[in-house]
Amino acid sequence: MASSARRFRDSVRTAILAVLLLVPVAAWAHAFPDHSEPRVGRTVDAAPSQVRIWFDGAIEPVFSTIRVENASGQRVDKGDGHVDAKDNTLLETNVQPGLAPGKYRVFWSVIARDGHRTEGDYPFRIK
Amino acid sequence: MKIARFGLCLLVLLMVPGVVPVAHAHGLVGKCFLPATLAIDDPFVADELSLPTISHIKTPASSDSPATKETDIDAEFSKRLSPNLGITFEGSYKILDQEHDKTLDGFDNLGVTLKYVFFKNPEHQMLIAAGVGWDVGGTGSSEIGADSFDTVTPQIFWGKCLGDLPDQVEFLQPLVFTGVFGVSMPTRHGTKTVGVDETGAVDIHTTANPSIAHWGFTVQYDLYYLQSFVRDIGLRAPFNRMIPLVEFAMETPLDDPQTAGQTTGTINPGIIWFGRYVQIGLEAQIPVNERTGKNVGVLAQLHFYLDDIAPQIFTWTPFHGVLGPTFPR
Repeated sequence: MASSARRFRDSVRTAILAVLLLVPVAAWAHAFPDHSEPRVGRTVDAAPSQVRIWFDGAIEPVFSTIRVENASGQRVDKGDGHVDAKDNTLLETNVQPGLAPGKYRVFWSVIARDGHRTEGDYPFRIK
Repeated sequence: MKIARFGLCLLVLLMVPGVVPVAHAHGLVGKCFLPATLAIDDPFVADELSLPTISHIKTPASSDSPATKETDIDAEFSKRLSPNLGITFEGSYKILDQEHDKTLDGFDNLGVTLKYVFFKNPEHQMLIAAGVGWDVGGTGSSEIGADSFDTVTPQIFWGKCLGDLPDQVEFLQPLVFTGVFGVSMPTRHGTKTVGVDETGAVDIHTTANPSIAHWGFTVQYDLYYLQSFVRDIGLRAPFNRMIPLVEFAMETPLDDPQTAGQTTGTINPGIIWFGRYVQIGLEAQIPVNERTGKNVGVLAQLHFYLDDIAPQIFTWTPFHGVLGPTFPR
């Protein structure tokens, strides 16, 4: 009993050591959205000039896209979606001025620095 | 000797990630994220390591064993062999604290599972996988009841997120269901035990090894999905990465005249938090009936996303080569 318990403790130590050796190898992962403006699913009083999404990690400018559509499926962004030059976790696009009240949907697709792609969409409303 | 053999197996498994790299996204179908669940296996193939999964529950006395406080400490390593094919190795160390009897401990048999995702629909956030499990007889300690024979378990796994529901019922969109059904088939239908009774006569006792249906499902509510795709309700870390869930993990013996149809299992309410590299899960284990027990147990897990921790290592699959950075997922 005592020797098997010792062997078990040795096995656990070996396992923990193996994990610790693995963990520091890198610091990359999927990029998940953290928050956005306008906020997901919310109603804003005035038409925004931009749509912005912050992610929880750096995203690749070349492969990251964002577009905004109205309820009819027409694009209302200016087609200038980009990753912010100073903040590589921020994906943003300008939208046409004076958007009419109604429902809009933001479509985004990003690739994290390690190549993992995540994508999604969310609605917001203008009162 | 068996412990040393099993320890060697585990050591080899732990070394495998350093020798044979892998890759790919885990648990994402469309924009729905499914975590690795604790009590039943999830439908994904992935590059992951569960270390440890700890379970503690008291089991009731039966005709041939006393009431026992059982503690299991599991390690599970999963590696993708191609984008849709994966293999899992699982080991478990058991501590059986028997009432009015000595405490037993030792390794259970090594488990190996091959799984293939044959249906995936990102638009409707659904996937189905088939697998076969192999409990390698004789690799565990007979003292804690590890079988000396192999057991083969064909299984089917499924997962469905409700993100495709209309916006009128938007608060149901973060609901996720997963499930599994399998039948474990022992390669030996009965185990003979030879002994000597009080009169000195040889006593041969045969214990049936029944086929057992393993079935279960989970109901999850993904707060990350709610927050990121449905409605920002103002949750911040760590709550915006939490998934409250209930797991139902059941077993039903099939062909033993004495136990056939007598289902045992637990209902496990709990919570999973997932970060960028790891997830942590904690669940209560509530016995589903008196056959399973009367005491609530606990189940906890620390789980590592190996492909996120070390993508430059886990980018190779033996049947699909290196998965490049723009590989469609």
